Amino acid sequence: MKRSFDRRQVLTWGAGVAAIAALGIPGGPAHAKNDVEEVIAKFTGGKTPTTGKVKLDLPEIAENGNTVPMTVAVESPMTTESYVSDVLVVTDGNPRAGVAVFHFSPASGVAEANTRIRLATSQNIIAVAKMNDGSFFTATKAVKVTIGGCGG
Amino acid sequence: MSVKPRIKLDKKEAKKGELVEVKALVQHIMESGQRKDRDGKTIPRKILNKFTCTVNGKEVFSADFEPAVSANPYIQFKFKAQESGPVVLTWVDDDGTKIVGEDNITVI
Repeated sequence: MKRSFDRRQVLTWGAGVAAIAALGIPGGPAHAKNDVEEVIAKFTGGKTPTTGKVKLDLPEIAENGNTVPMTVAVESPMTTESYVSDVLVVTDGNPRAGVAVFHFSPASGVAEANTRIRLATSQNIIAVAKMNDGSFFTATKAVKVTIGGCGG
Repeated sequence: MSVKPRIKLDKKEAKKGELVEVKALVQHIMESGQRKDRDGKTIPRKILNKFTCTVNGKEVFSADFEPAVSANPYIQFKFKAQESGPVVLTWVDDDGTKIVGEDNITVI
């Protein structure tokens, strides 16, 4: 039986795959197309949040942008001395940046919430947590969307 | 239109200080106000913009929703069991109407 493809062909494919990976996977730099920066600045009062403590859980690839499960959790003892008061969730690729704000208190026991969100296109989701001492923490997660979720 | 939200607590009875997980689903169109109808007119926005959960009258969790929350919004969160009483979940629509659902927790 004759081999169906030769060495040269395989090498070409390899280069192609590598090029796609290089272009696609990092998600590209996030330059804001909507009001994401203003929304975050309003929430933090102009402070720059520190990366960490926040865990944002979304699928890497969402087949249907109409309903993408999202979990946000923030590390905190959740006592009256030290707790997470608010968590802002925004996106940089939807027509409007805002998604939701969760309000916690020591009575919540744990700063964790899950909901389903709409994503118009592949983009970054950003969570910003506000602690009771006035500090801010953040996490970002890129999601690729196959079918956008804003109708139209 | 009266909508009955579906609410599920992961336990009916909890020890004091134990975490109780709440899952809730409510039927709602969550119209974003971004879409246009066949004549090119914008379909007016209609979303549930506020969610609150109280246990025995005390607020344990709340959330503000934007149009980017999916239709038939689902919400999952936890609270720390402190005292027995009704667990009341309230969603507020853009037009001010409220959708209310209730369950109970017993602290042992």
